[in-house]
Amino acid sequence: MSGTHDVPGGVPGGAPGGVPGDPHGGRDRPGHRAALALGDDALVLAQRLGEWAGHAPELEEDVALANIALDLLGQARTLLSLVDDEDKLAYLREEREFRNVQLVEQPNGDFAQTIIRQLYFSVYQELLYGQLAGCRPEDATPVAALAAKAVKETAYHRDHAEQWTLRLGDGTEESHRRAQRTVDGLWRYTGELFQPIEGLDIDWDNLRATWTTSVRAVLEQATLRVPEGSQGAVWAAGGGRQGVHTEPFGRLLAELQYLHRSHPEASW
Amino acid sequence: MSETSRQHRARAEWPLWEVFVRSRRGLSHTHVGSVHAPDAALALRNARDLYTRRSEGVSLWVVPAEQITASSPDEKDPFFEPAADKAYRHPTFYEVPEGVRNL
Repeated sequence: MSGTHDVPGGVPGGAPGGVPGDPHGGRDRPGHRAALALGDDALVLAQRLGEWAGHAPELEEDVALANIALDLLGQARTLLSLVDDEDKLAYLREEREFRNVQLVEQPNGDFAQTIIRQLYFSVYQELLYGQLAGCRPEDATPVAALAAKAVKETAYHRDHAEQWTLRLGDGTEESHRRAQRTVDGLWRYTGELFQPIEGLDIDWDNLRATWTTSVRAVLEQATLRVPEGSQGAVWAAGGGRQGVHTEPFGRLLAELQYLHRSHPEASW
Repeated sequence: MSETSRQHRARAEWPLWEVFVRSRRGLSHTHVGSVHAPDAALALRNARDLYTRRSEGVSLWVVPAEQITASSPDEKDPFFEPAADKAYRHPTFYEVPEGVRNL
């Protein structure tokens, strides 16, 4: 993942954490499990958004989505470097070793699907990072430090998603129909967002309540119907945080890892 | 352009917005380029992504390009040439006080 000059704060291997000579790279420590979960969220969503490069509906939107992807990639680099070598983690893990939520691996679909996925995730990420950043300085972990830095980026991602949700939902009949379809379709992946992550000092009930209020407000303003029913019961048995992923994730991973696996140690 | 073809073009392509960036406090906004966007709020965001991604600015303006009235190249001589030989209009006869920047 080197050669990306826009990535903030991501010094390869620069962050502490990966214990030299530790066969598991320290991945089993709670703080590392948290960094892995949040890092994988950011990495996988960055990869998804990167797929829009050269394909977005407008040139300006192409740049906007790529910008968001680069923000997320920067977060992923910092978080994964807390655990182990970032390249090793990104390129050489198998599907079952990734800890991202299933929401972020869902395909881009049409533009509405990408935007609603962004809405659901960026509202979550902003609230999560906000809570982590708000801890007392003496309790600050490396993950909290990253969260404090990244929460402004995330606020912009949320704003971008909100702006587009309003325009798609309250736009034409066609855009409304497509937006509503994906609001309903992705709803069942949102319960997993509030599964507690070991090593994070988060009030998960509060996070879920605030997320629901925020998302509901945007959807209602966009004249979209808020899905009813449970978001969570389906996921009680497991999900992305346990390494169980949906079918499209395998193809995403193949594309992400192909070059590195074909040409190990390749560089620019 | 007829009204019908204008409407058709508006549907086919987002309108153009001119972008002005203030690079830091105390300086004027400077024209840096243009973006396409469906409305003003998104024009501002597109401009942010395209023109301030390397910390170029602290403030942004977007203006609908069609709202700008420009002088015509044909009018260049009557517009601008009369000023060419009036050197006394330049403030070159004053001493610039020390510490004044951006003059």
